[in-house]
Amino acid sequence: MPSQRTLKLAGIGTAAGAFSGLFGVGGGTVIVPLLIIWFGYGERLATGTSLAAIVLIALLAASAQGGIYGNVHLVTGLLLTAPAVGGVVLGTAVQQRISQRMVSFLLAALLLAVAVELVIP
Amino acid sequence: MNEVLAALICVAGGFVGGIVGVGGGVLFVPAMTVFLDINQVDAESTSLLIIVFVAFVGAARQRGYGNVNLRDAAVIGVLSPLGVLAGVVVANAVPERALELMFAAVALFFAFTLVRRGLAAES
Repeated sequence: MPSQRTLKLAGIGTAAGAFSGLFGVGGGTVIVPLLIIWFGYGERLATGTSLAAIVLIALLAASAQGGIYGNVHLVTGLLLTAPAVGGVVLGTAVQQRISQRMVSFLLAALLLAVAVELVIP
Repeated sequence: MNEVLAALICVAGGFVGGIVGVGGGVLFVPAMTVFLDINQVDAESTSLLIIVFVAFVGAARQRGYGNVNLRDAAVIGVLSPLGVLAGVVVANAVPERALELMFAAVALFFAFTLVRRGLAAES
């Protein structure tokens, strides 16, 4: 019998998968707030754990999506990976130097932008 | 020139991803559709490929800083395909507009709760 904690984590995984499947984005935007609000994770631990989960989610989704629906533009993807990875190294470094509360506020701003983008057709 | 702009937006996408713990697809996809003339579906697929590397490097850096719970991440990641299946079922039953408004409401609720907690932590 899985523990209640495992069931809640399973709930987060399912919600993250559902939202990414439905909207293309949605893994991290669901995982980070739920880990903070539901599990009481600190912001840094929530964002780090979310990124680790996203590795698996994106791997699974990329193989499924790339195979079934669209075509992965391999060369473009790999060329854009370099600047994107540079950005994430910078972002995680900056994150260690700002308050956890500021991370929450920035995440709230991103969530607001996502909501606006969804509502405006 | 467009290639340079797309690359710069991807730097921003990775940066945002690193700070708030998301993949960055929210910027990678428009970088490709707007500046590289790639269609939406292909851009989303290609974005997932970029996210694999971005999330891996980001998670590795955060692990170095002591900010990753690998066990919890594994449970969330392994069970996400269940959610993808559930999402497909829901998408076939519920109009797309309703889904968009629902996710927007969820996002607003999260944003509101995060700001309220943050402000409470100050006092």
